[in-house]
Amino acid sequence: MEIDPLIFRLSIFILSIFVGYYVVWSVTPSLHTPLMSVTNAISSVIIVGAIIAGLSGNSESIFNTSSIFGFIAIALAAINIFGGFLVTQRMLAMYKKKKKGK
Amino acid sequence: MISANLSAIFYLVSGVLFILALRGLSSPETSRQGNLFGILGMVIAVTVTFLSVGNFSSGFIFVLVFILIGGSIGALIAYKIPMTAMPELVAGFHSLVGLAAVFVAISAFLNPEAFNLGQPGNIKLGSLIEMSIGAAVGAITFSGSIIAFLKLQGIMSGSPITFKGQHPLNAIILVSIVILIYLLCSTQSSNLFWVLLAVSFLIGFLLIIPIGGADMPVVISMLNSYSGWAAAGIGFTLENTALIITGALVGSSGAILSYIMCKGMNRSFFNVILGGFGATEDTSGATKKEQRPVKSGNADDAAFLMKNASSVIIVPGYGMAVAQAQHALREMVDTLKKNDIKVSYAIHPVAGRMPGHMNVLLAEANVPYDEVFELEEINNDFANADVAFVIGANDVTNPVAKTDPQSPIYGMPVLDVEKCKSVLFVKRSLSPGYAGIDNDLFYKENTLMLFADAKKMTEDITKNL
Repeated sequence: MEIDPLIFRLSIFILSIFVGYYVVWSVTPSLHTPLMSVTNAISSVIIVGAIIAGLSGNSESIFNTSSIFGFIAIALAAINIFGGFLVTQRMLAMYKKKKKGK
Repeated sequence: MISANLSAIFYLVSGVLFILALRGLSSPETSRQGNLFGILGMVIAVTVTFLSVGNFSSGFIFVLVFILIGGSIGALIAYKIPMTAMPELVAGFHSLVGLAAVFVAISAFLNPEAFNLGQPGNIKLGSLIEMSIGAAVGAITFSGSIIAFLKLQGIMSGSPITFKGQHPLNAIILVSIVILIYLLCSTQSSNLFWVLLAVSFLIGFLLIIPIGGADMPVVISMLNSYSGWAAAGIGFTLENTALIITGALVGSSGAILSYIMCKGMNRSFFNVILGGFGATEDTSGATKKEQRPVKSGNADDAAFLMKNASSVIIVPGYGMAVAQAQHALREMVDTLKKNDIKVSYAIHPVAGRMPGHMNVLLAEANVPYDEVFELEEINNDFANADVAFVIGANDVTNPVAKTDPQSPIYGMPVLDVEKCKSVLFVKRSLSPGYAGIDNDLFYKENTLMLFADAKKMTEDITKNL
């Protein structure tokens, strides 16, 4: 009997929750704000769905209701990707050790 | 066009890179590299998507244009935003993830063929369930984050908004969401899909309005978690590994942060979410107030105390962020250090409006991170320190949490500030903190109150040192 592919995706999902659990507990509390901004940025990988939606039109009609929602979603996710990674970068650049500061 | 198997492998690679991005945050040294892994993962995911769709028609140009528009807005925000506004920014970003998830779900619902999910009106059952869950959670994330953003930004009052029948109403709406998803899946009706979205937006709004300003760390973490679950829901719909892995990571990350924040306040998650804290609990301290004497001093007295100390512990709180006093504080500390005084910083888990808020502000002011300590690390040191300088914190220093079982904050872990030889407490007035209770610390023998704006007081002290 074949296993439904959904089961494989579910396995990935559950295992990733466990990976996430252990990885996040090892994040130092002083970096919790960058943690939030970077998780924000990576969750915008939802842009892949938006791109598929945006490209769903054919060359005669690039814009249909579905692709327009896709295009807006692309812009929203792109704000997040660029904003999220850059602001994280900016924050992390500020964390310095004692000696380097002087 | 590349094969589905190959693109699946690349999505897996980008998922792993995202794990490494979070892993890097275990220490500040590795964190910058971690961020680069995250960016790399994103680039791979986007590139592979282009290649697997393989449609480089004029639509492709528009995709790039929209990425460029969004990207430049995002980059501009990232460079302009002051560090004190980080909680608002994160809340705003969460709302965008939520809305993007909603839009992707809408477009998959309207045009399922593009996603290989069947035909309109005849979408695969599994996909429809995943899609509607993703859309509902996305909508809740969106409207909830908008409210959180408005509250943090001060556009909306930070005090809890409660009304009669709030909890039963929310419960009814939540149940109706489940019923709507069931009906939607059995009828495939697009009207039900729109109703589902509308109701989800409404509940996100209703869930966050009763939660007060100081509980925002929990709310932000919770919305962080929701945005992850929404992404995972969409990931199942699109059968995309990168999205599933990321959704699970972000979901558990936000959940852990909420847990840490709740523990920092010794409150259960449900207690915070049901909200209304502070609005009802203002009875215990109010009666005794104004009757006990306090010692108050000026910058000169404070400077004198600090000059004669050999070690000082600084306790920052949200007030420091409001007054933008972190730079002035660092200058004061520099002067202290020149006089061979040992200085360290003590951070309570829920200080500020989001997890790690104080750490970022201190880092911005060039405070080395190895001088900054968490509650458990530093709490025993207060007994040996000469001066505690409390700037903008209040409830997290209240000894009542340890002594008075009647107090609403009883049991909350607090910084043992009162054990210091002397306590300098910078505050604008004697008004109680967010929890609505009087701080016993104000009336202790060894406490000197400095009534002033945090930034101005710190500057004045520096002048007098």
